[in-house]
Amino acid sequence: MSFRIPCPQCGERSAYEFRFGGEVLTRPQAGADDDAWYHYSFVRRNEMGIQTEWWYHRFGCRQWLQAVRDTRANRVIRAYFPDGKEQTDLGTGES
Amino acid sequence: MQLFSNGQMWRSHELKPSYDVAIVGAGVHGLATAYYLGRLFGIRKIALLDKGYLGYGASGRNTAILRSNYRTPEGVRFYNAALKLYEGLSAELEWNLMFSQCGHLTLGHTDTAVAGLRVRAETNQLLGVDSRIIGPDEIQKLVPHIDCSSAPRYPIMAALYHPPGGIIRHDAVVWGLARACDRMGIEIHTRTEVTGFRVSGRKVESVITNRGEVAADTVVNATAGWASTICKMAGVSMPIVSHPLQACVTEPLKPFLNAVIVSASLHVYVNQTGRGELVIGSEIDPYQSYSMKGTLPTLEQMASSALELFPQLHHIRVLRQWAGICDMTPDFAPIIGRCEELDNFQVDVGWGTYGFKAAPAAGRYLAEAIATGKTPDIIAPFAPDRFRRRQLVGEKAAAAVSH
Repeated sequence: MSFRIPCPQCGERSAYEFRFGGEVLTRPQAGADDDAWYHYSFVRRNEMGIQTEWWYHRFGCRQWLQAVRDTRANRVIRAYFPDGKEQTDLGTGES
Repeated sequence: MQLFSNGQMWRSHELKPSYDVAIVGAGVHGLATAYYLGRLFGIRKIALLDKGYLGYGASGRNTAILRSNYRTPEGVRFYNAALKLYEGLSAELEWNLMFSQCGHLTLGHTDTAVAGLRVRAETNQLLGVDSRIIGPDEIQKLVPHIDCSSAPRYPIMAALYHPPGGIIRHDAVVWGLARACDRMGIEIHTRTEVTGFRVSGRKVESVITNRGEVAADTVVNATAGWASTICKMAGVSMPIVSHPLQACVTEPLKPFLNAVIVSASLHVYVNQTGRGELVIGSEIDPYQSYSMKGTLPTLEQMASSALELFPQLHHIRVLRQWAGICDMTPDFAPIIGRCEELDNFQVDVGWGTYGFKAAPAAGRYLAEAIATGKTPDIIAPFAPDRFRRRQLVGEKAAAAVSH
């Protein structure tokens, strides 16, 4: 199902104005072991439920934002510009 | 050969407390695995567990295209084994799968696309796969109605022609395999949703379903779309993201297209079924999702791309549009074999947009791996630990457009 994303700069817009940037991940620290890099590079939670993800508003303000979305119904719960603090995941996998 | 079905193709059963093999997912991959376990290795105490009905998932949502003109030697060898098995499957199952080897054309509209097709043609030929580059004249002869002029925005420059490719009736494949499994005493349990696994140490002891718990010596995850969800239940993480893939079918027309047409540049593929309908498929949706609802932007894209190739279809109506969920892997190749974390948990997952055409080979060689405990060479490159070893099988050039 197609859906809309409430861009904090431009307001609610079609998802097709945005480029999907994948799940929000935490980059391993310098010197992390191979296992950490393997998980960061390849493994995904692929949540069937609520997950936090990156979107780039390419046909709008051209800024990267984060959205909290239910991947079962494509319902976007909220979207915001990350404030610099590492925002890993607001998803519970339940709801 | 039995011309008319007299009775049920497969039966329902009560769940038994234990089986030799429990297979999660009774789609074409799960069925093929069970079929070859029973036929080649005499393992028949098998339960296939599926949350829906047969053909509900990717086995009934794909565009029924078969081909083996892949990019990597590992991929070409593997998909060609599948194509060869499909060629003999109607006779083997005594069930007409309506396999039409009408030929498969991958169009190149740019110099770089044609260069990519050339690499594939060379790799294919080295491995004995019938595949070659043809120019617009030959394309026009094979497909008289395609627009090979300079009028389109991206004129057709060349095509990778793969004569053994074609289309098959995907429901028939599922039904034929299900009937053959049933005749061997293999149990098919539909409406049986797996909700968890009982894991002890490095072993899956049993599978928990909405109809009760079953113990099994070997557990196979042969699901598509929900492969990572099922793996998660066993505590296994996967390098998979699930994207919807959409397709549509038009009203029937007189036969005019006797080849599968694919354009990677236009992100579209078109074939005409035995009933005359045009099946048009798209690229995967550009975001992760488990929703199987179609979208208007994708329908518009499929229609406009198909019209670039066949402008005379502008007045044709679309009958249906649908979506299936594709488990995409980082290298566009599947993940087959025993999981690193568990000793008796086999996966046959990560089938992205290319699972249907691979099913007989995946089932045949995974069955061998289960029966003998040794991984056959042909599926070894697709082992689950290849990402950890950084030995990827880069198949994107031949699999990124979902045909």
